[in-house]
Parts: sequence; C-alpha cells; structure tokens
Amino acid sequence: MLLDVSKIEASYGASQALFGVDLAVAEGEAVALMGRNGMGKTTTIRAICNLNPPRAGSVRLAGTDLKGKPSHRVAKLGIGLVPEGRRCFPNLTVHENLEAAARPGSWTLERVNALFPRLAERHAQMARSLSGGEQQMLAIGRALMTNPRLLILDEATEGLAPVIRQDIWAAIRKLKAEGLSILVVDKTLSELLPVADRCVILENGKSVWQGTSAELTADVQDRYLGV
Amino acid sequence: MTFALALEQLLNGLQLGVMLFLMAAGLTLIFGVMGLINLAHGSLYMVGAFACAAVAAATGSFWLGLVASLACAAAAGAIIELLVIRRLYDREHLDQVLATFALILIFSEGTRWVFGSFPLYLDIPPLLQGAVALPGGAQYPVYRLAIIAAGALVALGLYVLIGKTRLGMRIRAGESDREMIGALGVDIRTLYTVVFALGAALAGLAGAMVGALQSVQVGMGEPVLILAFVVIVIGGIGSIKGALLGALLVGVVDTMGRLLLPQLLTLFFPPSQAGMIGAAAASMLIYVMMALILAVKPRGLFPAAHA
Repeated sequence: MLLDVSKIEASYGASQALFGVDLAVAEGEAVALMGRNGMGKTTTIRAICNLNPPRAGSVRLAGTDLKGKPSHRVAKLGIGLVPEGRRCFPNLTVHENLEAAARPGSWTLERVNALFPRLAERHAQMARSLSGGEQQMLAIGRALMTNPRLLILDEATEGLAPVIRQDIWAAIRKLKAEGLSILVVDKTLSELLPVADRCVILENGKSVWQGTSAELTADVQDRYLGV
Repeated sequence: MTFALALEQLLNGLQLGVMLFLMAAGLTLIFGVMGLINLAHGSLYMVGAFACAAVAAATGSFWLGLVASLACAAAAGAIIELLVIRRLYDREHLDQVLATFALILIFSEGTRWVFGSFPLYLDIPPLLQGAVALPGGAQYPVYRLAIIAAGALVALGLYVLIGKTRLGMRIRAGESDREMIGALGVDIRTLYTVVFALGAALAGLAGAMVGALQSVQVGMGEPVLILAFVVIVIGGIGSIKGALLGALLVGVVDTMGRLLLPQLLTLFFPPSQAGMIGAAAASMLIYVMMALILAVKPRGLFPAAHA
C-alpha cells in the first residue's frame, strides 16, 4: 500500500473529531473519501499530512511511519496537498506559486502549463486576481510541482462553475491515467464515482463503509451521504 | 545657505537613510515574515560594529573586520533565533517585546563584560579615505559615498533575492500562509532561521560601517532601532520597498530639517531663539511626518499585500 491509515484519532483543541479512521490507497489507485459535512474528511486529510497530527493510530506512506514527522517532511516523502479553500499564495504570481513549491522530478512548469493552459496564459498574474477555478488549477499545479507520489484533493471542485468543474475532472482523470495515486474529496458523485476505484465513507469521525464505486449502491448513498 | 551646503546635507541624509535601510530591511522582513517584533535588532547592529572594530584592531584590516561583522551578526542572529526567538512566534507581541528586551540587556552586559565600558574606535580604510569635490566646490568624504553605494547594492541584492529567487518566493509565500508552505515541503523553521540571520547580517553591516564614523560602544544600537521602527511603520510593515523609501525619507527629512528649520524660524524669532526652537522642532520632524503619513495611509506607504 502506498498510503495506509490505521485507526487514527484526532482532536481540535479539546474536542475529538476522529474516532478511528481506516483507509488505504494503493499505488496508482484513486480513492474517494466521502461523508456528509462535518464528518471528519478534512480532519482526516489534515491528520494524514500531520497538519493536525493524529493522537492515536498510525499513518504510513510507502511503509514509512509518519508519526512525529513535521508536515514539510511528510510533503517531501511524497504527499501533495490541494487543500480545502485552495489557499494559493495571493501575493505571489501564478508562476511564483508554482516555482515556490517546485522539487525535482518529472513535474515541471512546462508539464503543469500543458495540463492547465490557462495557468500558462496567466503566469505573470497575481494569484489573488484569479477566478476560483483558476485558483483551483493553480493549487493542483502547485501540488504537482512537489512531484508527489500521492495527490490529495480536499473538495476538488467545490464552489466552481460547472464548465470549470469539467476541466478539473478532466485533469484528475488524466493524472489518474498517468498512474498517479489520488485521494479525493468531492460532493459531485456523478463525476467522482467514475474516477474513484474505491470509496471510503466517514460518519461521525469513523470510517463506516468501504468498497468499490460499483458497490456504492443507492441504498448506501442514502444511508451515509443523503441529506 | 549655499548650494554646496545643501548638497552636502542631502548626501548626509541619504547616507543616514541607507544606514537606516540596512537596519529596517531586516526588521521589516522579520516582522513581515515571522510576525515578530525584535527589539534586539539594535544589539545585532552593535555586535556587527564590535566585531568589525575588534577584528580590524587585531588584523589591521578594515575589510576583514567587515567580513567578521557580517559573520558574527549572522551567527548571533541564528543563535538567538534557535535558542529564544523561535519560541516566540506563536506568542503575543507583548511576550516578544519582553523577551527581546531581555536580549538587549544580555547583549549589552555581555559586550561590556568582554570589551569593557570604553568605546572602541574604527579607522576608515585607506582605500576610502579622502574626499571628492562636489559641484559647488565643497569636499565630501569618499567613505560616506561608499556607504551610500553599499546600501544601493544591498537594496539591489535584496530585490533580486526576495523578488526573483526561489528562496525569496518561499519567504513571501510563508508570509501569507505559513502552514501551507510547510505542507508543500518547505521547512519553515529553517527558512525562518535563514531570514533572521540575513536580517541580522544586514544590521551588523550597518553597525560596522557606522562604526568608522562614530565610536563603537555599548548601547549604540538602540537609538538607531527606534528610527528603524519609524522607518518600517512609514514604509509599511513587511515591505522591503517601503523600508527603502521610508529610510531615505526619514534620513533626508531628519538631516535637512536640522539644517533648514532653524534658518526658517529666523523669519519669526530672534536668531538665538530660532536656533533653539528649530533644533527642538527638527528632532520631532520625522515623528510629525510619520503621524501625517499614517493619517493618510494608516498601513504605511507600501503595505504588504497579506496584512
């Protein structure tokens, strides 16, 4: 397994948010992390990246235990994060956002620009002046510039115009086809399910269901994802 | 007042401005990137001056002294960052002020302990001795012109470092989102140590260069520190460009004010009183300027984008 998350628990301050999450991502696999709002998806991602380190359980990346490793070490071991809210550096240009994250590997500026030609057109523009969709492309491009083994996308297309969503999903499908391992959170099941090999559903800070996209029947969706 | 005198004072103002820029650049970088108020920045200026004076006295070479001032100030900066400062980033400004004020006392007493209470003197290197003729006939010391040139070089170097290099991009990225730059694999702690040492080295350089104009003594950094704070508040906290402009503005306004205000006041007061009132008013001038600028632009001339 590339990523192996076992029974992690995590808290925000005094309140516990995760009560035992298990999930795994194999090499080249795309896994959807699902659940209603507030069920612990973002907390799980933050725990994996050690931005909010788990207080119990274990996270292993390609066999390496991430316990106690600062978030920059986790990133260097191969996790590329596209965070919720995108969090591009507003005071840097598009080019600088990508360059600041760059680490040696097959992902270069040229390759990111080929994936998102819009970024190439806007390379000298300040990130704060980009549209939401362009910022998301930049956040993905920035994570790719770190040459990750696993790309984690938290709310991949939240708040974006439908036509931009298509571009983002097309890029995600392309990345998967190229063999990149992906862990993705999104609410658009019609787009998410065809991309995902497997799904993990969280409820109240616990992983309560795992299976392939095909196994995620309307019944299961109703039970765990319906509003 | 002659043209020559005005030009000479203008150059003096620029030289003061350049020196303030060297101090303010580090101060504003450290505040902008790490959110830290470092009162001990003046101590690093003093460390640079003492290192230069001591090494120059021991080796006979001002230039070796200059290298030593950069190295010692950067090392002192890195050491206090590792031992003290990095525990303060997540604390309130009051804690930062208290802890860095303690550092001032430690540096001052430590220096007095090693070098004693008597000032050291640093000679201008032979290469930069002498004067050049200014238009209008006055002579102006080469050394002061060299300080202005050194400041211009540092400003250019910082512009390239912060604006064009990957390190600079990461520093600016850390300024707007510390957690995110860490999540992309940049070791923010090491980055902070580097920024702090860089700021310290610039302060040390300023101290060393001024050391050849004034005496090198304990407590020499604090008056400059206050002016440097005025500079970064005027320029916009976190902005190197603002620090440069603010420093030149403060340097020139302060110097020219001391020259012109007493003369201006002779229009209203008898000469003896005009001199006294003028001198007093001149020393307030930069603070009045700061108040006026803040009234119009509350975040300074070039506020950093993230603030």
